[in-house]
This record gives sequence, C-alpha cells and structure tokens, in this order.
Amino acid sequence: MTFLAILATAVVVLPLLAIFAYLLYKGAASVNLDFFTKVLKPPGEVGGGLANSIVGSAVLLAEASVIGVPIGIGGGIFLAEYGRGTKFANAVRFTADVLNGVPSIIMGVAAYALIVSPHISWLPFVGHFSGFAGGVALGIMMIPTITRTSEEMLLMVPNAVREAALGLGVPNWRSILSITVRTASPGIITGCMLAFARVAGETAPLIFTVLGNSFWSTSLNRPIDALPLRIYVLALSPYDDWHRMAWAGSLVLIVLIVLAVSLVRYVTSRGVMKGAS
Amino acid sequence: MGVGIEVANLNAWYGTNHTLQDINLHIPANHATALIGPSGCGKSTFVRCLNRMHETNPIARVTGSVKMGEIDIYGDAKPVQIRRRVGMVFQRPNPFPTMSIYDNVASGLKLNGFRNRRVLDETVELSLKKSALWDEVKDDLKKKSGASLSGGQQQRLCIARALAVDPEVLLMDEPASALDPVSTSKIEDLIFELKSQYTIVIVTHNMQQAARVAEKTGFFLNGRLVEFDSTHKIFTNPSDKRTEDYITGRFG
Repeated sequence: MTFLAILATAVVVLPLLAIFAYLLYKGAASVNLDFFTKVLKPPGEVGGGLANSIVGSAVLLAEASVIGVPIGIGGGIFLAEYGRGTKFANAVRFTADVLNGVPSIIMGVAAYALIVSPHISWLPFVGHFSGFAGGVALGIMMIPTITRTSEEMLLMVPNAVREAALGLGVPNWRSILSITVRTASPGIITGCMLAFARVAGETAPLIFTVLGNSFWSTSLNRPIDALPLRIYVLALSPYDDWHRMAWAGSLVLIVLIVLAVSLVRYVTSRGVMKGAS
Repeated sequence: MGVGIEVANLNAWYGTNHTLQDINLHIPANHATALIGPSGCGKSTFVRCLNRMHETNPIARVTGSVKMGEIDIYGDAKPVQIRRRVGMVFQRPNPFPTMSIYDNVASGLKLNGFRNRRVLDETVELSLKKSALWDEVKDDLKKKSGASLSGGQQQRLCIARALAVDPEVLLMDEPASALDPVSTSKIEDLIFELKSQYTIVIVTHNMQQAARVAEKTGFFLNGRLVEFDSTHKIFTNPSDKRTEDYITGRFG
C-alpha cells in the first residue's frame, strides 16, 4: 500500500519535474537582463526581450483579479450565508459549475462579441481589440472557481462561531465580513490563487480580445501583449532565435506564477495567528 | 448592574414543532437562576428567546412578551441592541479561531466600532480578571490564539468576551457540559462571583450544579415550565409530582 502511494506520487510529480527541467534546459540560456527590459527584436537581430509581454500579462492579470476576486468572493458569501437553500442560490451554484466547464476559447469569443465587436464603438474601451477586453474575459473565468471554493470554505466555518458573533450584538453583515470570512480566509485565498494561476496561462481567450502587440504598450484601451500569447506566436514562427525566446518565455511564465502565488501566500499568512487549534 | 426579566405567555416554534408553550416567569435581578429538565424539553430554546437568538434560525417563530427591566425586547428594540445587553455563553467553547486572546475579549467592542486603545486595554484586563483567566494568560494576550487554550480556559475566555460588552444579563447554555470536573468547578465559582453584578440564567443538565449555584430553579418538561421556585424548595419539597420524579432520577 505504502509502495503504491509512493508510486502514485512519483507518477504525479515526475512529469512536473521533467517539464520544469526541460524548460530550464531549453530556456535558461536565453533569460538575461535584456529579456526583462527590452521588447522583441525582428528575427535575425541579436538581443531583445519580452518586457512588453511580461508587463502586459501583469496588467491583464491585475485587471482580471480586480474583476474576478470581489465578484467571486461576493458570490461565495451569497451562496454560503444569505442564499442557503433558496432556488436562486441553487441556480447561481449550477451556473457557476457550468461556467467553470466552459472552454476558454468560448470565453474569448463571448468577450469578442460583447466588447470587441464594433457595434457600440462610442463607449471607451469598447469596439476594438483592447487589454480591457482580455482582462474582462480572464476575470469572468476566475469568478466560478473563486465563488465555489469560497462557498465551500465558508460552509466549513462552524455555526458556533457565527452564533458567538451574533450573541455579542454584532450585526449579521459585520459578523460575516469580520468573523466568518476571516476564519475561512486561508481557504478563500487558496481558491483565488488557483483561479489566478489558471488564467495566468490562458492563451485562447486572449486571441480574440487583446490581439497581441509587438511594441511597448500598457494601455488597457489598446491591443496589449501577454506572455502566453507571445509564446504561442513565437513557437509557431519558423525562426530558431524566436523558438529560443518562446522556451525562455515559458520558463519565465511558470516562475512568475509561482512567485506571485508564493508572495500572496506569504503576505496574507503573516497576519493570521499561528498555532490555532 | 443586572435587571430582572419578566416573561409572559411566551411561545416558540421550530417549523411546526411547538417547542415552548405558554411560559410565564419572573427571573430576579442579580441572582442566578437555573433551568433544568431532560434533553429536548425547551430550556435551551427558552434562553435563546431571551436574547432573540432563537429567531436567527429561519424556520423559528416566537410570540409573547419578554421584559428586561423597562424594555420589551420583542417590542421596541432591534435584536442587535438586545444582544449587546444580554451576554451569552454557549455549550461548547467557541472562541474566534483566528483571533488572539486579546482580540477575542475585545471583539464585541471592536466589531461594534469601538476603537479607543486605552479603554479597550482596560476592558480586556477587567473582563479577564472577572472571568478568573487573567493570571493564566496575561503574558501572552496578543501572542497566543484563543483556540490554543484548554477547553476550560476557552470557556472562561468566552465568558470574558461576553462580559466585555458590559451586559446586564448573562445567559449560559450548559456552560460546563463539555468540560472536566476541575474546569467545571472553576466555572461554578465564577458564576458565584458574578451573580452579584449580573442577572445570570444558567441551563444545566447537572442538578447538583443547579443546587450549588442558583437561588431559583425552573423545571422544564415537554416545552412547558412545570415548576419554578426557590432552589431549596425544588430540591427538597417540590410541589409537582413530575418535578419530584425528575429530581429523584425516576426519568430523564
């Protein structure tokens, strides 16, 4: 039994390590200071980097988080605290589960139809390819994961804790925000990080929305570059030095996601009491 | 100081289950009143009606009147205002798991928007002294989580938390039933100390406990208050046959 468990673990971990090792082998040589500070050079020219793609990804993920995290957690709070047992809550839960299973390319097409397609071009951000549209697509993709994990985590908070707060004369909304959500916060943060890591590597919804940009741009109102999208373009190209850039880009993408997740975990865990129960 | 509680024609339901039927009694100020009776007799529901916690369950319903001093708690006031004047201690110790000892005691004040650092410090110290926990925790008030204490300490922490909002009435729903004998006797000593300043209502399964701490005792059976009298009379010369049967261990 122990042997089987170890074997199963190895089967899971080995491919992960293999992928990371291969990325290091193929990509590490192309990662240098220029990679983080310069934009892509035309094929054949020496130097250049993916600075615009990295910053573009950061901008998109920030926008996606601003949209996805509050709505996602709010939905989780509704399902666990206010809507328990109601028909509307069941409908929301079902919709979230379906949304979770929708292929990401569909999200891109939907964002294209709603935001990019030029039928309402008199609004800002709307009617053309833009970073804004990509952030919306990624943000919507984050919502169902965050909502469902938040709900599960809130339901795990014992009712005794809720009653303790209500018994002190704390209003229900205050008790939910300051006690229940806080008690469940490690799990909720894990849910947010899962959603974040998932959309950080998404390419399909970006093809229809942000389009990609070979030049330096951080504006949400214009086409913007993103690391997964750039990797896709570079890897499809016929040039060897662009292939090397794609390997390096993949390596950097993975490392940056790990760094971002670790940073959030570190910052949010400092305030929480150690040694609880 | 505590206030007396006047309960008249109190009825309570869970769904279609009529759990309290026509309860009438007067709980005296600054005394401990014990409520005894077999499981499911309605005594917990009764104390939960005294601070309007009963209605937090969506299928629950209450009729009748409860007067706490001059206030009709089902008339004029909002539930949150009532609960600030009526502290509650639950059967299982339930400190807030993410908070330090200090924050647990200060939570009632902090969550209601109170921020004055100096007053908070004083209140926390005073409340922990009243609940006889100060000497055991004063060195790591902010270092240790409330959940890291032992069960008995956690229950005294919950008492301190309830006292910190300066209530007039303290409701205790089987406060010692999850504790060992030593912790139980500490809680009982505490009730003895506190009853000069607060009106205490304690639900208990333990008849010796009722006899030790309370001046008045009520016996509940099947959702009705069978008998309510001085503790001495209830335990030595009850006027109702059912009370006598329960006290002498013939059922329950």
